[in-house]
Amino acid sequence: MPDLAILIPSVLNGLTTGALYALVALGLTLIYGVLHIINFAHGALLMIGLYAVYFLNVQFGVDPYVSLLIVPPLMFALGYALQRGIITRAGHGRDENILLVTLGLSIVIENLSLFVFKSDTRVIDTPYSFEVVEILGAFLPLPKVIAFVGAFVTAGILWVLMSRTDLGKAIRALAKERKGAKLVGINTEHVYAMSFGLGIACLGVAACLLLPSYYVSPQVGHGFVLIAFTIVVLGGMGSFVGALIGGLIIGVVEALGGLFLGESLGQIGIFVIFILVLIFRPTGLLGHKV
Amino acid sequence: MLEVTSLRSGYGAVEVLRGIDLDIEAGEIVALLGSNGVGKTTFSSVLSGLIRPWSGTIRFKGEEIQGLSEQAIVDRGLIHVPEGRHVFPNLSVRENLELGSYRRGRANRARNLDHVVDIFPRLKERFAQKAGTLSGGEQQMLAIGRGMMAEPELLILDEPSIGLSPLLVEEMFDLIQRLNSDGLTILLVEQNVLQSMEIAARAFVMENGEIRLSGVASVLMDDPELQRSYLGLA
Ligand SMILES: Nc1ncnc2c1ncn2[C@@H]1O[C@H](COP(=O)(O)OP(=O)(O)OP(=O)(O)O)[C@@H](O)[C@H]1O
Ligand SMILES: [Mg+2]
Repeated sequence: MPDLAILIPSVLNGLTTGALYALVALGLTLIYGVLHIINFAHGALLMIGLYAVYFLNVQFGVDPYVSLLIVPPLMFALGYALQRGIITRAGHGRDENILLVTLGLSIVIENLSLFVFKSDTRVIDTPYSFEVVEILGAFLPLPKVIAFVGAFVTAGILWVLMSRTDLGKAIRALAKERKGAKLVGINTEHVYAMSFGLGIACLGVAACLLLPSYYVSPQVGHGFVLIAFTIVVLGGMGSFVGALIGGLIIGVVEALGGLFLGESLGQIGIFVIFILVLIFRPTGLLGHKV
Repeated sequence: MLEVTSLRSGYGAVEVLRGIDLDIEAGEIVALLGSNGVGKTTFSSVLSGLIRPWSGTIRFKGEEIQGLSEQAIVDRGLIHVPEGRHVFPNLSVRENLELGSYRRGRANRARNLDHVVDIFPRLKERFAQKAGTLSGGEQQMLAIGRGMMAEPELLILDEPSIGLSPLLVEEMFDLIQRLNSDGLTILLVEQNVLQSMEIAARAFVMENGEIRLSGVASVLMDDPELQRSYLGLA
């Protein structure tokens, strides 16, 4: 048993990573909850967000946190346009088609970016990249602490949006009762696209919060998307709170796995959890709700 | 207020409405009667834009509305309370009512909310409860209340009494009459012939996608054909 001096920083680190996983999973679970589709393009779209933050920084000197004002709205617009322009049209309302459409989108996006950006791994330099903050005697990189706070603020904003605004209520209404939604005058195509846009905007936020302590490459989304799927299953498909808690759990499991089993085996714990949840609690920790 | 002429529609290649003519004057309750499967719900759904008409015209407040989107029809104040309620099960009673004014009546939402719970005190007691956990009767009230939130000028009620206990059916018809005496125009789609005829000014009887009989309710009640086919009287 390693002593607390090692355990605490590891857990805290896991929580900060987990909050970002949660953010990625939040978008995925929102899209699943409303559109009942699994968005296989989620990782590829996160990658686009990361490149956007990267180039805004490298070309125009925009700080990644300033990009929070730019990239999430752009990602929202991209998500909206993808849903309305491609996914609905190509899917013809059939779930299995839509699945293939999102899978196809991810392949196209990734190959295009491989072609344009090569498979180089790129990082940005910020004045605070190596600053640390002391919490409970542990030293955590400042960008990870900011990411943790940012993820929760975003989740909070999303919660207010979903529970307090007409748009949020319409999204939840449409998730369960399409005919009723039409009869109160909800434009279903628009609200579906808004939901997809919001899910993708979450990726934009995640990209801004992630890049200062991470990197970008054409394949960067893979790791995240697998973990996000695990979180969504763990938390319960379509559940917001489930995604948040699931994200934190997975982050900590990964960090502790790395501590005990070594960096390269750290993620094994995640997939053990994934399998166990599927076997013993297929509806996830918090069941199915939106 | 509403004038439908030669309306045809259906599903796929199957024609269900074979040329419907029907009119509603402002302030009336008009009953649309007919047994199972004759096309009453299809007709209601064409009026509210859920189903596209094939041909014919629908004039609402003097303006042709056939083929408009559901939203455009809600905007004009033609509100459809569907058969089977279709409330939002995962939303609270309050949220259901609020969404009733998603498109129309939003400015007066708070006032209309008070008005609706005045009409349905039972909903007030269950404001925070999820609509999916309400009883069938309560869900029907909620569906009507949600419709009222949009400040309807014409309210279509598709089988509001279905699945209710006799006592509640009585209450429901009283309520519909009360809404009407407050000035609301209502198209009442029903199988409950006797009770509908009591509160309706005029009635249309549908058979196999066509209007078979129509007229002033009290006169129609004495029609031998209606008595034979719908009331089981000789
Ligand atoms: N979605 C649909 N697709 C194909 N046919 C349908 C559909 N909905 C209804 N029909 C058919 O259209 C006809 C009319 O149905 P409709 O629901 O309008 O009848 P109704 O008069 O409302 O009956 P009820 O009193 O039982 O509600 C029926 O033969 C029905 O089988
Ligand atoms: Mg019907």
